[in-house]
Order: sequence, then C-alpha cells, then structure tokens
Amino acid sequence: MTPATSLGDPAGKKTAKLFEGARQERRLGLLLCAPAAIVMLAVTAYPIAYAIHLSLQRYDLRFPQQAHWVGLSNYVAVLSSPFWWQALWVTVLITLVSVAIELVLGMALALVMHRAVFGRGTVRTAVLIPYGIVTVVAAYSWQYAWTPGVGYLAALLPQGSAPLTDQWQAIGLIILAEVWKTTPFMALLLLAGLALVPEETVRAAMVDGATFWQRLRLVVLPLMKPAILVALLFRTLDAFRVFDDIYVLTGGSNGTGSVSILGYDNLFTALNLGIGSAISVLTFLCVAVIAFVFIKVFGAAAPGGEPERR
Amino acid sequence: MPGIRGSRSRRLTAAAGLFVLASGLAGCGSSGPGGPATLNWYNFPDDSGALQQAADRCSRQSGGRYTIKYDKLPRGADGQRQQLVRRMAAHDAGVDILGLDVTWPTEFAEAGWIREWTGTMKKQATSDTLEAAVRTATWQGHLFAAPYNSNTQLLWYRDDLVTNAPGTWTEMLGQADALAKQGKPHHVEIQGAQYEGLTVWFNTLVTSAGGSILTPDAQAPSLGPPAVLAARVMHDTATSVAADPSLPNQMEDQNRLAMESGTAAFELNYPFVYPSMRANQPELFKHLRWAPYPSVVPGRPATVTIGGIDLAVGAYGRHPDLAFEATLCLRDRENQLTNALKGGLPPSLRSLYQAAELTESYPFAADVLAALDNASVRPQTPAYQNVSIAITHTLSPPADIRPESTVADLRGQIEDALGSKGLIP
Repeated sequence: MTPATSLGDPAGKKTAKLFEGARQERRLGLLLCAPAAIVMLAVTAYPIAYAIHLSLQRYDLRFPQQAHWVGLSNYVAVLSSPFWWQALWVTVLITLVSVAIELVLGMALALVMHRAVFGRGTVRTAVLIPYGIVTVVAAYSWQYAWTPGVGYLAALLPQGSAPLTDQWQAIGLIILAEVWKTTPFMALLLLAGLALVPEETVRAAMVDGATFWQRLRLVVLPLMKPAILVALLFRTLDAFRVFDDIYVLTGGSNGTGSVSILGYDNLFTALNLGIGSAISVLTFLCVAVIAFVFIKVFGAAAPGGEPERR
Repeated sequence: MPGIRGSRSRRLTAAAGLFVLASGLAGCGSSGPGGPATLNWYNFPDDSGALQQAADRCSRQSGGRYTIKYDKLPRGADGQRQQLVRRMAAHDAGVDILGLDVTWPTEFAEAGWIREWTGTMKKQATSDTLEAAVRTATWQGHLFAAPYNSNTQLLWYRDDLVTNAPGTWTEMLGQADALAKQGKPHHVEIQGAQYEGLTVWFNTLVTSAGGSILTPDAQAPSLGPPAVLAARVMHDTATSVAADPSLPNQMEDQNRLAMESGTAAFELNYPFVYPSMRANQPELFKHLRWAPYPSVVPGRPATVTIGGIDLAVGAYGRHPDLAFEATLCLRDRENQLTNALKGGLPPSLRSLYQAAELTESYPFAADVLAALDNASVRPQTPAYQNVSIAITHTLSPPADIRPESTVADLRGQIEDALGSKGLIP
C-alpha cells in the first residue's frame, strides 16, 4: 500500500517518511471522500433535520403563517393514537412474515441457481424478472387480478368474495406481492453468500457421510452467516417501509395501512406537516432500532466491514 | 423511511419548483406583447372531449386575448386535491383557473389560494345558477367560485319488480323484503364503501331528517337526534336482506354494475347510470324508472347532497382579469349544454333544465332540477377533508353501526377533526 518501502533507507528516517506518506494519503483520502460526503449530507442529513424541525411545530400546509412551536406534543398525539399502533402492528406483521418467507424461498432459489448445471443464465434471468418489473406496475397487475369481475385470480375464488376488501386477506395479498417482488433480491444476496462457501469444505463433509441437510445446516449456513444477516438486514429495513404495494392494492383502507401510508395520509391528505413529520421521524427511529439490533445483537456486518468480522 | 421519504418529497418539491420555473418562463414567453396570454385551466380529466371543446371555443371567442390550456388533473378526487394544494401552497403562478370539487372552495378560500368574485363578475356567475350550487362556492358570505356542473342522486328502480316507487326508506326496505320472499331480485344499491360516497349518504340522511352534521357557524358538530335516525337507517339497510353482500366495498360504479347485472331492484345513484344502462342492458333499460330520493321522515322530502365542480380563479396567476372572464365563458350556457350532452354532467344553470336538447336525452331532467332545488350541502369548513374522513371511518362498515353510541363517537371525532388535532386514519 504505502510507497515508502525502499530498502536502502535508515530505519528512523523510514518510519518518519512512512508517517508523512500515511498522513498525506489520509488527507487525499478525505479530499476524495468529501464530494460524496457533502452530497450525502445534502440529500439525507438536511431532509432528516428538516423533518425533525417540522415535527416540533403545529404546521398546516394551508396556513403556513399560523405555524408555531409545540414542543413534543405532535409525538404525544401520534403515540397516544390508536391509528399509529394499528399501523405499526400491520407493518411489523408484514415485515416479519414477508421477510421470513423470502428468506426460505430466496435460499431455495439461491441453491438452485448455484447448482444449476445447464441453462444457468436462463435460470438466473427468469428468477430476476419479478425484481425487474416496476413495483407499481406489478402492484396494479396484482390489484386487477384480485378484483372481482376483471381479475383472473379473483375468478378462482367463490362468488362474491372480494379479497382486497377484507383486512386479513388483504394483508395476506400484500405480503404475497412483496414476497413475489423481492425474493429475487434475497436470492441474489444469498447466492453471493453461497459463492463464499469453499467447495472443498462441502466435499469434505460429504466424504464424512453428512447428508444434504446436515451439510446445509452445519457447514453451508454457518459459513454463509454474514451474507444471510446482511440480506435479512436489507430486506427488513426495506419491508418496514412498505408503501407502494399497499398504496396500489388497498390504499391503506380496512386496516391495512403501514406506518408509511399513515405518514403519507397525514402529510398529503390532511396537509398536517407537523403530525406527518412526527410519524416520519418515529418510523425513522424504528428503522434505526432495527439496524442497530441487527448489527449489535446479531453481529451483522455493516456493508464494507465484512473482512474484519470473518 | 422518513429520511428517505423526506428526501424524496424534498426532491419532488425541487422538481416541482423547476417545473414551475420552466412553465413560468414558458408563460412569460407566450404572453409577450401581442401574443395571447395563456391561461392554465386545471380540471378533472374528461374523456368526452367536452372540456377541451369548451377551452378551444372560449380561446377563439376571446379574439386573441387569451388561450385556455386544459390541464388534466389525476382521476381520483384525492389526487386532484393533492396536486392543486401542492401547487397553491407553492404559490404557483401557472394556475389560473381551478376546477374544485364542491367541498373544496372553503378550504382554498380560507387559505387565500383563490380570488373572491365581486361586482358584475359575481352577478354573472350567480344569475340563473342553482342556489345550492352557489352555496357550495360561498364562504363566510363571500363568493369564491363559479358553479360549473352540478350533480345529485335519484332513486332508480325496475318497474317489472316494483309497481309503486317507495316514498320512504322504510317502504323501500319493506318492498325489498317482499321481493326477497318471492325470490326476485331485491337489492338496494347504495354507496357503502369507506370513502366520500359514505359521507354523501350520511349527509343526505341527516339533512333529510331535519338535522345537520355541523352547526351553522361550522365550529362544532350538530348531529343530535336526526343523526341518530340517519345512522339507524344506514344500519337497518346494511343489516336487511336489501343489502348487497358487498355493500361495505361499493362505490357508484359497483352499484351501477350490480343494477345492470340484474341482481338489484333499487339503486340510489347519479344520472350517469341511465345512458350506461341504455348502452349495456337494453332489455333491462326498458324497465328502468326513476323517482325522487326516498324520505327519512314521512312527508318530508329528502334533501339530497349536491355534488359537482366549482371553477375558481387562482390567487397567484398573472392574468386574474382574463381568468375571471375565461371562467365565465367556460361555464356559459353553450359550454354547459355541451358538457351535459357529451359528458353527461348536469348543468348548474337552472334554465338549461328546460332546454329541449337536454330533456330529449335526459327525460328525468325535471326530477334532477327538483332534487337540486331542494339539495343539501356537505359541511362547509376548511377542515372538511378531516371531517369527512372522521365520518367515513366511524360509519364503516354500515352494518356495525350502533346508532346512539356511533353518533356519540362521531361527535368526538368531528371535534378533533375541526381542531385539526390528532391523526387522521
């Protein structure tokens, strides 16, 4: 890495030179990072700070001149509202169930893609198709499919059933749409993890007489743990913010709204920037807690930090 | 999420800002000395071509002083309001004429986003215009918009099943019950989904029972015994055999489809069902009849909720005088007639209901006029959207209504909504 490694130099001088070089490199590194850091600050830190700023005010978009500070009362209003807890409960349910199903299906798909002998490219392409379709377009096709009268899937159901109008059925369909959509993403991350497992380790286990399940459970999965945790972390954070599928499929009616839908409705329909921002900030905190738990408790490696942990 | 959504909305704002800037520049370019000023007319998307035709006709009639550009808003009412609100909150100078649902002028007027109509303009905008339609455009005694089209519901029924049109809800449910016992189609089609249509149903019933949702000053809920009676009618309908199994999900169009499929005997809906039935089910169409909306209290004619669009002039536009003039042109007799014949929307000018062209295609024109003359207006408050959400949320599904306690619950919800306190669901 460091250029100051010429053998002829006296030891003391060499170290000083190395320090000098390291410092210069460090400065260069910071300079090279600076544009990216500034862009990140502009597009994430500023909006987050602005959302927090708004969440501490009574602020109605229709009457901006009447805005005033109200301290934490927006947070009190949100946290004491049954609508928030209902939406949070729906969000947690969708997150847990969809990520669990995705993990199992994604693992199966990853194994298929990893082991596929012929038609490898075709298999990988086919698996990726749902992920390549625009979410809203896919959500609309699900919506039509489940609408009585026009949908081919609704036609398979008993006469008079409208699954998107029942809370439980609708949540189930939202989970189905999410799983269909993002399993390929999970599979891709897991496939990358599978590639990390040394082939000879698996062969050695095979020679020792381990069955397929034993090899998977005792050899492959432990070696893949970092990849699995990263995949779970990404998908959990994503799933917790679910918005587009719900927006298209049910619009959040009949108790199917997630916290993001609740925030959107309060911001854009009620035009209540204070309450809406408070909901947004709380959602942000939930996401931060999830990430923290994954990294600190489960030991998921932050992206880029993997080598140190292995 | 908030970080990401926050940043997304911010980016949207920035994009909108750029767009406004660009359209502003474009506006400047086209309104330079000599050329006609461009007036942007934001209105609901019309597929019949009537609105575009009106815009073209008025542009021609202006003698080169202005050109009206018809900008289509999203299809859903919520989407329309969201776009208009965002533009006006950003002081968009590119919005000259706004097509507002009749429940929005109060909100827009209170926020200072639309201009007041005064003097001769006001006189022209209100002469020969339906009184209830003018009321929707009036806030605190001042006129803020010119009624464009109106709309109201009638009772549609099949004369092969029903010999005498029911005069009251009790009669109608009784007739449906009798039809059910004979094994005949018997459903009553009404909007029971959790959306604006449910508020319309409730408002019609409350006012027909002699009450109102808000006090006259719109500062507090009124409700009381008429609201309990209205809630009871909704509950009784939803729990009787007359209720369509999918009542809690039904909007106007599902009602129309159910009536056309032949499973219903009654339908409470807007006049668009008439040409639709003629086109889709000529056999059933022969039996389609209409009558006034059933009463809640015997002997007291129902006061049906008025719908429609009011045209307002944006507060930030560059050519307010031309915009007022263009608005009057867009809603003039000829354009309203085209809109009624092509687009199927009842006009807001009283005299048009006697026009031969209209009565020819709409034999029920006199009944619509009678309903509009006796129409009720939905609660007039800048917080209408929140009030309506509170109503639909509390009354949905209609089968779960417990008249006394639901209305008590609704009172609290409306009080919160008026104070823009708390969350909306």
